[in-house]
Amino acid sequence: MVDSGGHWPGKKPFRRPEPPPSHSGVTRRSLLATAALLITTSGVSARIVTKVLPWKPNEAYPVTPVVPGGYLFFTANEAAVVDAFVDRLIPTDELGPGAKDAGVTTFIDRQLTGPYGGHDWLYMQGPFSSNPLPTQGLQSPLTPRQQYRLGLAALESYCNTTFYRGFIQLKPEEQDTLIAGLEKGEVQLPNFSSKMLFNAIHGNTIEGYFADPIYGGNRDMAGWKLVGFPGVRYDFRDVLDNPNKPYTLPPVGMQGRPAWGAR
Amino acid sequence: MVRRLPRKDVVIVGLGWTGSILAYELSHTGLDVVAIERGPWRDTATDFNIGTAADELRYAVRQDIFLRPKQETLTMRNNPSQTALPIRKWGSFLPGNGVGGAGVHWNGQTWRFLPDDFRIRSHYTERYGEAFLPEGNHIQDWPVSFEELEPYYDKFERVAGISGKAGNIKGQIQSGGNPFEGARERDYPTPPMKQGYQQELFTQAATKMGLHPFPRPSANLSAAYTNPYGCSMAPCTFCGFCEWFGCANYSKSSPQTCVLPALIREPTFEARTECEVTKVNLTVDGKMATGVTYVDANGEEWEQPADLVLVCAYALFNVRLLLLSGIGKPYDPVKDEGVVGRNYAYQTGSGSQAFFENVQFNPFAAAGSTGAALDDYNSDNFDHGPHGFVGGASITCAHTNGRPILFHPTPAGTPAWGSAWKKAVHDNYQRVANIGAQGSVMSYRNNYLDLDPTYKDALGRPLMRMTFDYQPNEQKMANWMAARCDEIAKAMGAKTTQVNPLRVPWNVVPYQSTHNTGGAVMGSDPKTSVLNRYLQSWDVPNVFVMGASAFPQNAGYNPTGTVGALTYLGLDGIFNYLKSSGPLVQP
Repeated sequence: MVDSGGHWPGKKPFRRPEPPPSHSGVTRRSLLATAALLITTSGVSARIVTKVLPWKPNEAYPVTPVVPGGYLFFTANEAAVVDAFVDRLIPTDELGPGAKDAGVTTFIDRQLTGPYGGHDWLYMQGPFSSNPLPTQGLQSPLTPRQQYRLGLAALESYCNTTFYRGFIQLKPEEQDTLIAGLEKGEVQLPNFSSKMLFNAIHGNTIEGYFADPIYGGNRDMAGWKLVGFPGVRYDFRDVLDNPNKPYTLPPVGMQGRPAWGAR
Repeated sequence: MVRRLPRKDVVIVGLGWTGSILAYELSHTGLDVVAIERGPWRDTATDFNIGTAADELRYAVRQDIFLRPKQETLTMRNNPSQTALPIRKWGSFLPGNGVGGAGVHWNGQTWRFLPDDFRIRSHYTERYGEAFLPEGNHIQDWPVSFEELEPYYDKFERVAGISGKAGNIKGQIQSGGNPFEGARERDYPTPPMKQGYQQELFTQAATKMGLHPFPRPSANLSAAYTNPYGCSMAPCTFCGFCEWFGCANYSKSSPQTCVLPALIREPTFEARTECEVTKVNLTVDGKMATGVTYVDANGEEWEQPADLVLVCAYALFNVRLLLLSGIGKPYDPVKDEGVVGRNYAYQTGSGSQAFFENVQFNPFAAAGSTGAALDDYNSDNFDHGPHGFVGGASITCAHTNGRPILFHPTPAGTPAWGSAWKKAVHDNYQRVANIGAQGSVMSYRNNYLDLDPTYKDALGRPLMRMTFDYQPNEQKMANWMAARCDEIAKAMGAKTTQVNPLRVPWNVVPYQSTHNTGGAVMGSDPKTSVLNRYLQSWDVPNVFVMGASAFPQNAGYNPTGTVGALTYLGLDGIFNYLKSSGPLVQP
């Protein structure tokens, strides 16, 4: 494990993260092989690799599993709105659990606290154009964290002004009508793009519903069971040998599956 | 302050496919070789471990192993009258980063271009007349023929262990292979991959239609294999985590599986990772390179002198390095002069999405190169006269994965959320086949690369600016191909089909293809090319530039097979240069 924030390594924008220092203050990586030095005699700060491949058994870079419970980014009110919102995007119905029941709110919360939430890896230098071409993609300076904070506040403000109630007090049908209005850009939120808010929540909901359960969503592999994705079973040669037949084994995630017990 | 390091015989910029092959071949002869790579070192066991590799969110969605735009990106616009803006987040294409480069995350479809592709201008002019060529085109013949490249294709296929079925051995058509391919000296090193149920339907339908389907050539191996460098690979298990992922199973050909284990044992080779080359340095008269300058992990600048500079980064970044170093005359579209940045091209994607009933396609059981293909509509394998366009496409029925964040197809008209969406996702996951046409893109006066006047990278250097759009010729071609795909989809017994035309104007958001070509093209005339037939710079003879940046225009195929062949051709040029020390071709 290399990071405690529920994310894969990557605090620095593009450098390979080093494992935590050992007692001697020397990084584990630098001890892997005599040929893999971080500092050369000439003073270059680089990873020098020569003569042997610098890997050793049992070294890998796993993500830290998300532990559900509480929120690291959302306020209680924000979490309640997101819960209600994602429950309409992917409802619990006869086909199984929806996004809220699959833990998608926790997934989004943990994602927002990591590099994704700050667009840490993206090109965020200005100037930011106010009238980009539709073909030029992302051009907003707002990070996902800002999109949620400002967008959810704008949504609550809109609901209070329009319905004299908050989003979570609306009836499901009212929520659906409002969400459809956000999606089409027909609802004008105060000082925030309704489409941007819809796209952020909708995109992250799909991710959380179908991502490996290690990230806090897709609880009990609800998303994978909906479509019949077996997860990370790794070897499907038998499927190729038996064309057009249903696959019957249950899904497996990076941490195994619930029937295997806690890990 | 820049500090100077001891001289090396060869400095290589970028340690991907081309850099690692050249590094191995040259250090094997005893030359002192240093490869400088801006991304991290990556090994299969640590970086693509089976316990961590199969993670759709991390790799396919958050793009963990790709070049981060924060480090370097491009600006883009569709035509010269617009203002380019930075690609802040990758979408349409995904450049690799780190040791292995894009050879880590590719799908592995490994094609040879067709003989006509190499003399495309002459061929079309002879058959249809010069007036047939599209307006504003820069289409030009390659400076090498297919026949000249054949042994180099073969060499790369042996190193990569490619799985496939020959269609033409020494002029004899082989049943089950691609009858349109150029004559090859021998079959692929490993047998073709197993195919899925939808490929079976495609093959039956296409055969009935008089077309010529075959299993496409694959760098996901069908069998265990040891290559000429002594590197061993294991058979693919169809795990479905191939494109955008490193292979945990040593089954996908990559620098990691095919070259690095041999390279690293060469005692005169050294890799320096997390060091970014910022410039190729030139002598005062600009006629020879003296080495490179790079910035290390702490931001310190170093000069690495070398007798030979091999530019082996990703195609786009090769072009940028030449522009930043002042090697070759930058292209000016207004005057239609200059060469660096000229003839940037890309790839078209169009096709038909087919919805079946009562099938279990099991899309998750797949490899990056699982697929049946046909070349009846590629290159000039059919009469273009009635159609009025140049170029063609390889048509495939392929599925590379069933990873559900990005693969959960629904019929047109399905809402994007709610119970109706959920039901459509549930109902359709198992029953969709895509028939796709991957098409050629010709080169044009107004599709080009240059330096952006406004936006800079983290080191303060100008970003490269991409000016690109699909021209009417490509739109016509790709949409005609989509109709061919739809005919096949219907013949396969699809209940409903949806034709996907070429998306215009070109948009950076949806993923399309990481097949960016041109900008530092090879040719016979220094007025219209950066490199001669050995990928040697016309202007600075101790600089060689590898990669798809050398393609004069793009064909209807994935580029890596041709990139590999050109690398071995370039290697022969480098060996000749080491004997003679001068331009290998007189302009």
